[in-house]
Amino acid sequence: MIISGLAFYFFAGILLLSAVLVITARNPVHSVLFLILAFFNSAGLFILLGAEFVGMIMVIVYVGAVAVLFLFVVMMLDISFSDLRKGAMQYVPIGLIIGAVLLFELIAVFGTWSLSDEKIANLGSPTPEGVVNTEALGRVIYTDYILAFQGAGLILFVAMVGSIVLTHRRRPGVRRQSVATQHARKPEDVLDVKKVTPGTGI
Amino acid sequence: MMDILFPIGIAHYLTLAGILFTLGVFGMFLNRKNVIVILMSVELMLLAVNINFVAFSAFLDDLAGQVFTMFILTVAAAEAAIGLAILVVFFRNKGTIAVEDISELKG
Repeated sequence: MIISGLAFYFFAGILLLSAVLVITARNPVHSVLFLILAFFNSAGLFILLGAEFVGMIMVIVYVGAVAVLFLFVVMMLDISFSDLRKGAMQYVPIGLIIGAVLLFELIAVFGTWSLSDEKIANLGSPTPEGVVNTEALGRVIYTDYILAFQGAGLILFVAMVGSIVLTHRRRPGVRRQSVATQHARKPEDVLDVKKVTPGTGI
Repeated sequence: MMDILFPIGIAHYLTLAGILFTLGVFGMFLNRKNVIVILMSVELMLLAVNINFVAFSAFLDDLAGQVFTMFILTVAAAEAAIGLAILVVFFRNKGTIAVEDISELKG
């Protein structure tokens, strides 16, 4: 009990610390690396909560795809990031005020709410007994939530097509293979058999 | 003091998520010129929401929260991909990613 409590404070502490470093780091590459650390620690928290599947998905999707995408874009764009930070400090006071109000409201809500007695009757998909987390999730995803699951796949598909359409460009002067032209070539267009008598040349 | 810190209840996770969400909002103000860091702040806020969902899911023994977390993950991945693609195209055309330069659509 006490070990899992200490593990929670360990993961939560590193998570918050790396979140602070994400937003304050001078170099965006460092920001991305701290974002990866934050995702790893949140995956640890999810495993601590017994949601192993979501924790592993977190590592695969966020660390393996999203964070690497960020890293790729940060390194590809040739920008002076120090110029972007100029004049940022003038918005710190209003940001602090809004952040403090938001945090106060969130903690006020979280501190005073309580579960009603009927909550057990209203569970959407109760966790089955004696089944590991992944299997239990698989049982509901492909039955109760199949429409939403397909919709999620559609969203990913549209995002993939959209980002390809956005970033793809046709550059002039690039020699590409043209299969149609290759197939349209006939031997008589390009081949010419000549009879060469010895000693004369063509 | 000890009985607030231990044992870990749902309130601890909710407070953690609240602080993380606030850090995401604050990050937007702190880096208001840099679109990339703003997108990272959005990711932090989505992470906070995910922690809320998984915490409720675990403490209520309801799998719906974890299922919904995966849908949020999907939307977050799609959002990052599209956002960064727009950013790359904008940088290719304008040579800048400062937020105040992105004002072409202003009337």
